[in-house]
Parts: sequence; C-alpha cells; structure tokens
Amino acid sequence: MRHHRGAGLQAAVILILMLVVEPPQVLAAALGQREVLPNGMVLLFSEKRAVPILTATMLIQAGAIQDPPDKPGVANLTAELITQGTTARTATQISEAIEFVGGSLSLGAGQDVATVSLSVLSRDLDLGLELLADILLNPTFAPDEIKRKAQEVLAGIQRKQEDPGEVAGEAFAALVFGPHPYGRPVEGTETSVPTITREDLVRFHQTNYRPNKTILAVVGDVSLSDLKRRLEARLGGWQPGGPAFTPPPDPAPLTRPVVRTIQRDVTQANILLGHVGVTRDNPDYYAIQVMNYILGGGGVTSRLTSKIREEQGWAYDVGSAFMPDKYAGTFSVSVQTKNQTAQDAIDAILAEMRRIREQPVNETELTDAKAYLTGSFPLRLDTTSKIVRLLANIEYFGLGLDYVYRYAGFINGVTVADIQRVARKYLHPDRYALAVVADLTKAKLKP
Amino acid sequence: MGVLFWFALSAQAWAASLTDRVFETVLPNGLKVLLVEEPKAPVVTIQVWYKVGSRNEPIGKTGISHMLEHMMFAGTPSIGPKQFSLTVQRNGGVDNAYTTSDYTAYYENFAADRVLFGLELEADRMAHLLIGEKQFQPERQVVIEERRLRIEDQPASVLGEVMRATAFLAHPYRWPVIGWLSDIEGYTREDLVQYYRAYYAPNNATLVVAGDIKKDDLLPRIQALFGKIPRGPDPPKLVTVEPPQRGERRVSVKKEAELPLVFAVYHAPNLTHPDTYALDILAYVLGGGQSARLHQRIVYEKQLASYASADYSGVHVDPYLFGLSAGPLPGKTAEEVEQALYAEVERIQREPIADRELQKAKNQIESEFIFAQDSVHQLATMLGAWESVASWKLLAGYLDGIRTVTAADVQRVARQYLTPEKRTVAILIPTKPAQAAAPAAGGKP
Repeated sequence: MRHHRGAGLQAAVILILMLVVEPPQVLAAALGQREVLPNGMVLLFSEKRAVPILTATMLIQAGAIQDPPDKPGVANLTAELITQGTTARTATQISEAIEFVGGSLSLGAGQDVATVSLSVLSRDLDLGLELLADILLNPTFAPDEIKRKAQEVLAGIQRKQEDPGEVAGEAFAALVFGPHPYGRPVEGTETSVPTITREDLVRFHQTNYRPNKTILAVVGDVSLSDLKRRLEARLGGWQPGGPAFTPPPDPAPLTRPVVRTIQRDVTQANILLGHVGVTRDNPDYYAIQVMNYILGGGGVTSRLTSKIREEQGWAYDVGSAFMPDKYAGTFSVSVQTKNQTAQDAIDAILAEMRRIREQPVNETELTDAKAYLTGSFPLRLDTTSKIVRLLANIEYFGLGLDYVYRYAGFINGVTVADIQRVARKYLHPDRYALAVVADLTKAKLKP
Repeated sequence: MGVLFWFALSAQAWAASLTDRVFETVLPNGLKVLLVEEPKAPVVTIQVWYKVGSRNEPIGKTGISHMLEHMMFAGTPSIGPKQFSLTVQRNGGVDNAYTTSDYTAYYENFAADRVLFGLELEADRMAHLLIGEKQFQPERQVVIEERRLRIEDQPASVLGEVMRATAFLAHPYRWPVIGWLSDIEGYTREDLVQYYRAYYAPNNATLVVAGDIKKDDLLPRIQALFGKIPRGPDPPKLVTVEPPQRGERRVSVKKEAELPLVFAVYHAPNLTHPDTYALDILAYVLGGGQSARLHQRIVYEKQLASYASADYSGVHVDPYLFGLSAGPLPGKTAEEVEQALYAEVERIQREPIADRELQKAKNQIESEFIFAQDSVHQLATMLGAWESVASWKLLAGYLDGIRTVTAADVQRVARQYLTPEKRTVAILIPTKPAQAAAPAAGGKP
C-alpha cells in the first residue's frame, strides 16, 4: 500500500476535515435533525433511503475517565459485559439474534465514552432496537460471564505486549499524562482487572448508563416519526439519573524532555514524540489543524513525510496529529524506522517542529492545506456510517448542527501569521515526551 | 406483516439489481470500462485495476508488483516528481493503491465535479510513468521499512508468511506480496521499467468509475483519454499449477512474543468453482461472529482461546486457501487449541448443520453484500476485484448461488476440502523478551 492509513490518524480526521463546498441549503437537508427526548437522551437523525440499511451510534458518558481511581478497567469491563447476558437473554441468545439477521451490535469503552454501534437491514430495525434496549437496561453481570471476560481482557493486555506500536503508545500516554486518567490504559492493568468485582460493574452501570448522559445518532432507511415511536416503545422506560461528572484537573505540562526506552527484539524502532495538546473548544483549534496539516498531518505531502520518508527513505509511515479528547488533548508524532536511524528520525522531527515555529510557512503550503481541508468535505459524508459518527461527534463536542456552514470560514480565515503563532504556542520541541520501543543495542539513542 | 414482507422483498430485489446498474464496455485497445451511476452522495471513485500481482513475479524479483505500485506515484512528463498525491489533495481528493497476489489497484476519491481530473491522472500514468533512479532508491528503503512494519515485527504476520510458503510448493502464492527482503534489496530500475511495460497496458486493466456521474457524459471523455493509449503485448501467462497435497505439513516459528498462535489452512477452490458458495457458508458457520461455532465452543464454552476464526475468500485467480486460526489464552497450549479447531471441523463433517445455522449464514452474507453498497468506493472495489480475478458478472449469480446451498452441500465441502492430508499447520512458539525479568524501563525522567 502506498500510504499508511493508521487508525489513530483516521480517528483524528473524523472531526477535523469538515468544510463546505456545497451551498448551505443542500447541507441543511443532508446533515440531520436534533431532538431531546423526554428522558434526556439527545437524538440526532438523518433520513437516507438509498440503501435499505440503518446505522446507529450511541455515545454514553461511561468511558475510562469515569473509572474509580483505584480500579482502572471498570468502564471497559462493564462495556464488555453489557452484551453478555440480560434478564431476558443469554450472551449467546443476544449474539445469535443479531447475527441471524445479518446485523451487528457491539459495545466498547474508550477514554471518554462508551460507544454502542448497531447496524441492521432496515427491515430488522425493531429487532435491533429491542436488543439495544435490553442490553442497556437489563444486563445481569453474571459471575461466570465476568470471570470469562476478565480472563479475555487479561489475555488482551498480555498480547498487547507483542505489538511495538501498542507498547510505545501506552508508555507515551503515561509520560504525557502522568496521574491524569488519560495516562492509564482503558482496559486496566494486569493487577487492577482481577480486583474488579460484580458490585463495581453493577454500580458503574447504574451510575453512568443513563439516557441523560447519552447521545444517539441514527442514519438510514426510516422516517423520524417512525423512529421516535419505536424508540419511545423500547427506551421510553430508561430512567435518567446519576450524578454530574466532575472533570479531572488539567494534566500538568512537562517542564523538560522525558524519555522512556523499552527493549524489544525488533527490526524497527517504534517512536512516539509529543506532549499535551488542546481540547476541541480551544479558539485556536482550526489554526492548529491547518498548521499540523503542513507539519505532519497532510499525508505524503506534509513536511515530516517529505523529509523523513520521501527524501531519506527512513520510514514508511510518519505523521503528526492533534487529537482532541473531551478533557485534554494530545499532540503526537509517530514514526517507525529501522533501529539504526531512530536518532536521525527523532532529530528530524524536532528540527521540523522548530522550523515551523521559527519560520513562516510559505503561501503555497497554506493554500494547499486549505484546499484539501475544504475540498474533501463531501468525502466525509458519503456513507451512512460516516454521517452517523459525524452527527454524534458534533453533539458530543457541542459544535452545533450549523457547524458545517461555518467550517470553511474557520479554515479559510487562517493566515501565515496564525500558523506561526499557534506553532509557537502549542508545539514544544524543548519539553516533550519521547517513548521508544526498539532494539536498543542497535538504536544508539543519544543519552 | 405486510410491511415486513415488502421490506424483505425490497432488500433482496435491491441487492439483485446491482449488476443491472453496471454499464460495461471494452475500448478498442482492450481496456475494460465499468461505470455505475450512484447519485446518493456527491462523490465519485475512480479506480484502475491491473491484472498483475505477486503471482506473476519470477523468483528473485518477489514483491516487484508492490514496488512498482509505489513507483506509480513518482510522476510523468506532465506530473512532476512527488506531485501526484499533492495534486490530488490540492483538489480535495484522497488517493491510495494496494497490491495483492492477484491484482494491483489504484484509486482516487473526489467530490463528483473532479471526476475528469482523476481520469486524466490515471490515463497519464498508465502510459507515461517515469521511474527515475533518484526517486527509486529512497522508495526502495521505504518499502523495506514497510516490510519491517507490517511483517518482521508482527508475530502473526511472520507466521502467516511461513505458513503460505509451506502450503504452496510450486505456485507463486507461496511468497509474500511485499516480497522477500533480499529481493526488495536487489531490484534495479530497469527491472521495474520492464515490469511496467509488460503488465501496465490497457488490455490488462479495468477502469471502474462509480458515484454521482452521468455515464453518457463520461464515456466519450474516457474514450478520448484512455483510447489513445496503445494496446500492449499480451502479458505472459502463469503456467505453474499447484500439485495436489498428499499429507499434512507442519511448521513452527519461534519469535519473541507473549502467547502462541495456531493457524491451519486447507487448499480450496476459487470463486469460479461451484463449491465456492458452500465454502462461503462453511466459513460463516464456523467463524461468522460470536454465535458461530468456533467462538461458541472454543472461546465461550471451553475457554481455550481469546479468539477463534475461519476465513475463506474465493477472490483469487487460482485456487487458494480455507483458513482456521486461534489465539490460545494464557495457560492453554497450542496443541489443545489446535485439536479443538479440528473437533469443530469433524462435527460438521459428521452431522449436518441446523437449518437455522444455514439460514443465519445466508442472511449474513446477503446483508454484508447490501451494506457494501452503502459506499461507492466499496462497491467499485468489489467490481474491480471480481473482474480482475474472473469476471464481475459472476456477482449477478452470487446471491442466488448462496441461497441454493443446502446443509448437505456444506457437509460435503467440509468432507472434501477440510481433510488432514490437505492441511498445513503453523504454530507460533513464543520466546520471552531477553530482558523480561529486568524492569522494562530505561527511563531517565
């Protein structure tokens, strides 16, 4: 494959690459509607009749950030268990019912939210909603299911150690975020997971799986009135509740470079370099995204790729991203290069971070970045699953459904001076975290 | 009930109508053109598929199809070096390419109004690619890094590579698409130029355009852009046929890892064979989700593995493989997991599957087929892949073929193809990290 399409980078661009080339009235029809249901759940909806399918995404404020501080992994294990048996159905009956109609229903926890994904042919909408409601409202958390899933989670934690990228990512998050919850792995640790009890899971579910903490986005072959009638029937009895969440204090910024090196018998050094970034509501958010596109976000056309890949042939994949989570953001540069060129690649990354701070970008770079960021908009909305994710994220980050009309203005308003200003303010080549997984005998990193 | 029935009919009829919506023509120079008008989103995908992959490579030049894929971005007399993707992105597009054992595909996805621009780029590099030494040398290093990233440092990838090299004795499916390291290090610029001349001709390619297009407007433009490219010589035909396997083959890989892996593969026919439908069903019955047999028995009930799956794809020019794989849980051995996989195969060989299991597999396949058409990119990809290995027209009969499979058919193909003497088994034996006992950190905060 010519370009790498890393999962992390993909996730980063979901929200970033939105812009308007179509007239607003067309978008108004395309983007969707918003309603708050009586139990507090926010519904985002877009009718799409072209294919007889239906896709739904639910974001529930039940991510790892809600974990009890002494028990990382509770949110993850709760999410894993919700599909594993209800008062009405066994784990197998749930998976068999949805798979029998060729649909899918899955649940997974991230740092901020738990995400529920439902896909069905539109003829199976009722079944899909019935199963969705059953797992959310009536999970049993049976002890043998807990034991089974905890064992799988522990195996997953162990197997992650085989993947140099995962090992580097975990070390990097710990360096950047320290005691902040984002510094801990979502799935918990080999010591925390065995201590999680059934009561922990029941309490976590009771507290956090509530309609007033939930966004539901639905796109597909159904009308809004029909959907609302069915939602009322299935989820009308879901009661709001749970205390308001108090966000953790901001992560402390680094004051100097901090480095963690990890020995593995690998041919490539897996490198992550970066620091705390920005949240989605930062007023400089768009200028930062344009700056990052030029630095390392713009695929094979970025400065980092030109230098490290195209000129030197040091790496297949190199890129940078500002990832906004809800309560803190991350800036990271990632590269994999043969052990012997690890230090060269690190030096080149730092040099490019300094250059974009010290020298203005040229007008062509800025024009190209804007052209891509605004011109690729239709590609962000060309499938039901992309639209459903976008709708959910617009609500989650409070961007407003008119956001897509305003986006092009935000991007096109960025100037050469803005780029340099935000590079100086938000890039820190003198105080960063560096995680390297490599064969250290060959990598010869500078002390 | 009436409403449900209507929906059921409409989903089926909808899927079946796919092939009616495809327009096909062949230009005088041999280029096959497939156009699909899908106006549901204001986007277009432009894809060029060359019928060349690692199965066409000679020994010593393995991976050259993939190396050439990288060089296809190097430029032409009209698109300067390194300008291809830059130009695409400047127009709000995304581009990429990929190589398999059987084909090499290139695509650009754009807002619909850029369709001609994408076609110009593809026509230009079909005829006028420049492979400069200055671009080639660093790109070779990039490919070596890609091999390190995707294969060398990933235990499952290394195991898969060794497994295929054991399952195939003679057929080029035995070597990895990315090529052996020594061969990547050895290509010359002239090798690539020759390979491009031999395989990148309109008569060895398919152009697929799908999205918000008007066929009648687009076709004359395609004829003008691509029609002027001269037909090339017929590409060399692969003569090697894999001889029948006569006995189980076993291989192991020792590598730094935490847990073992178990792969077992069987030779199986491709999508031109009537058994392809029953094999698709068999793969779903065994591995199509959490309610499928391998997960139910091996992961859920016996708690031997954290995953267990089955894999079959007939989308290959020559017969390929039906695969089983599993990842043992800590404390469980590769041997017991391997035996548990075979126990499920033997159960299907012994007792016919239940009607509901059969119907579930059919529903899953049909649904996947319908979901794929939500994206014009995925739709075009399906057409391009089938056309590159056989014919896109086989898609017309695909769901009918699936619907007619019986439980007896599934049992018969399990007995015929999933036999121990046609099996290749590959086991990953983990070795512990050298410094596992010491603290992993060399930290200097």
